[in-house]
Amino acid sequence: MDITWYLVLSALLFAIGAVGVLVRRSPLVILLCLEMMLNSANLAFLSFARSLGDQDGQIMALIVMVVAACEVVVGLGLIVAMYRRRLPLDVDEVRGLRG
Amino acid sequence: MSATTFGWLILAFPLAGTITIGLTFKLLSARTAGWIGTGAIALAFLSAIGALVKLLEFPAEEQHLTDTLYDYGGAAGIPFDLGILVDPLSVFMALVVSGVSMMIHVYSVGYMGGDHGYHRFFAYLNFFVFSMLLLVLAGNFVLLIVGWAFVGYASYALVSFWYRRDTATTAGMKAFVINVIGDIGLVFAAILLIKELGVTEYLAVFEQAPEHFTTNEWTIVAICLLLLVGAFAKSAQIPFHTWLPDAMEGPTPVSALIHAATMVTAGVYLIARTFPLFGLAPTAADISAFIGLITLFLAATVAMVVTDLKRIIAYSTMSQVGYMIVGVSIGAFGGGLFHLMTHAFFKALLFMGAGSVIAAMANNQNINDMGGFRKSLPFTFVLMTVGALALAAFTGTAGFFSKDEILGYAAERGGMYWAFAIGGYIAAFFTAFYSFRIIFRVFYGEKCEEAQELERGQLAHGEPVNPHTGEREDNEVGFPGEDHHIAERAWPMRVGMAVLGLGALFAGYIQVPGVDAVLENFFEPVFEESPLYAIVPSTLHSWIGLGVGSVLSILGISLAYYLYIFAPGSTDRIRERFSGLHKLLFNKYWFDELQDALIYRPVLAVGHFANDVFERYVVQGIVVFFRNGVGGLGDTVKAAQSGFVRSYATLVIAGFVGLALYFLITAS
Repeated sequence: MDITWYLVLSALLFAIGAVGVLVRRSPLVILLCLEMMLNSANLAFLSFARSLGDQDGQIMALIVMVVAACEVVVGLGLIVAMYRRRLPLDVDEVRGLRG
Repeated sequence: MSATTFGWLILAFPLAGTITIGLTFKLLSARTAGWIGTGAIALAFLSAIGALVKLLEFPAEEQHLTDTLYDYGGAAGIPFDLGILVDPLSVFMALVVSGVSMMIHVYSVGYMGGDHGYHRFFAYLNFFVFSMLLLVLAGNFVLLIVGWAFVGYASYALVSFWYRRDTATTAGMKAFVINVIGDIGLVFAAILLIKELGVTEYLAVFEQAPEHFTTNEWTIVAICLLLLVGAFAKSAQIPFHTWLPDAMEGPTPVSALIHAATMVTAGVYLIARTFPLFGLAPTAADISAFIGLITLFLAATVAMVVTDLKRIIAYSTMSQVGYMIVGVSIGAFGGGLFHLMTHAFFKALLFMGAGSVIAAMANNQNINDMGGFRKSLPFTFVLMTVGALALAAFTGTAGFFSKDEILGYAAERGGMYWAFAIGGYIAAFFTAFYSFRIIFRVFYGEKCEEAQELERGQLAHGEPVNPHTGEREDNEVGFPGEDHHIAERAWPMRVGMAVLGLGALFAGYIQVPGVDAVLENFFEPVFEESPLYAIVPSTLHSWIGLGVGSVLSILGISLAYYLYIFAPGSTDRIRERFSGLHKLLFNKYWFDELQDALIYRPVLAVGHFANDVFERYVVQGIVVFFRNGVGGLGDTVKAAQSGFVRSYATLVIAGFVGLALYFLITAS
């Protein structure tokens, strides 16, 4: 089975996600884009797992999902906290870590 | 109880006294504290007598008893413990120290009567006696150093007792610093001994030293010279003597206790105690004897012109300690220690008398302002005359026998040791002169204002002032109290002086050449191994020496009588005639100035250089360079921290892409 198309799709999804992270300013959208990047990686893992007949990739995909879930919890928590404190929901405005 | 148990008791009582007074001073009335302190010392004295009795039950060759309470060094592998050595030498020292201290405590109960620091005074005084007894009873070099340093501290605390007087606090610091220099010498000597022999116990050291060292080997000479640094700093020998005259700022009982009877004799004790080491290093012993000779001579000449009553006695102490140092260094151990004992009696007595006079003078110590106290202070007059006679080695008094024993031994040893005999006799003439200079200047002549007031029965007078700066003082804590005007009228003062007066008159009879030799026999178990101890002047030679001594003392007293009583005013003519010499002596050979120029100023200059040049340009330069470098680097790197999350993400992705490209290119 040729996995080229799966990998191309994965790379496209990854690139779209990365560009989304870079160009969008809403934290919610950035989170969505991050999810997209993670899932593109999952797609690549699964494709390789199927193609090589090996279970490691599938396990890795499961782990990535767990990590993604955790990341969403933290990310959404941050966004809710920002909202509650009436901070602007714009990552360019929140720059307290400037050196 | 065994002799060593008594040895521990000797140490325990003064320590208990200082702790009791120190912790409960708020509950005790002033007099109670004084009597507790005195009682503690009296018990220590009784314990010393007990130790003596028990020690004499042993045959001579077994009179070296050691006992250990606690092993300090077990964990560290260094052999030393909390152990004492009870032998004739340490028991003798303990007897002298506790006996004289007891009398001085009694005296202080009266003398310090009105002082606000009464409790503090007795706590310090007991602590001092404890330290001194620890020093003499210590069974090894480490414990000796502990006692040595405690004594230095106690001396500092007591010299600076009137701590609101600037002159007293600086004098205390000077005493402490010079004593610490001595401590360093002693510590280095102990370190060298441990390194060479691996033991610290006296008996073990003295047993192993002759096998380990050859005579005059450089290590043993170095050890002995380092010991001498310690001994000279404590015993105020040239060039470490300048602290002693300044230490006269302390209360007079302190001068009597520390700077006459006990602490200044620690050096003599040290040399006598380590005689087997000095026996292996005759060069060091000779150096020590020569320094003793120089000190006894120079100090005696200075004592003839100084006008501060207590400083005359202080220089006299240096001079007499010089005799003892000469004695124990050339091998006259018995004579040196005999003189140590008689000197403790008559010098403490002289200081007590001086205290009485100074009290009558409202703390003025200048003998130019004194005169005619004979009628108004009859008791002091008699006792001080007794002390001066003993100091002048007048026939039959204690100093007469002890001083001549040292000089007779020096003559008997012959050769270059004749120098010590001749120098000692010349200084003995000076001694007789200056001791009666005190008597004639203070008690004879025109009656000064204070003497007249005392005769009218008027006790307190005048404002209390610092005798050195003339500043007024307010009698509160930290200054001399008002009751220092009581002169000799407090009975404890009289008791203390009377007992020591008896000692000064009759203590000499325990060792009269040809009649008895109590001390000589008593010390035999300690010193019998020294070949020098076998040298004993014949009875005839001793009596010739005694004859010379008595002639010189009578000549000195007569000269003083002629100059101050028969032809008063003639001293002024002599002073004008020999103004250069007078200036030299009056300025104490410029030793203070010499130290100032040779040590103090160079050290200060180095300090200023280090501060102004090295610190400012070199150290600060390096620090500032690195500070600026790190700061600049930080500023540069800071630019990357924009706070834009998206720019960080860009960097991450750019880096990731860069890495991916790199691997792709290298892989193809």
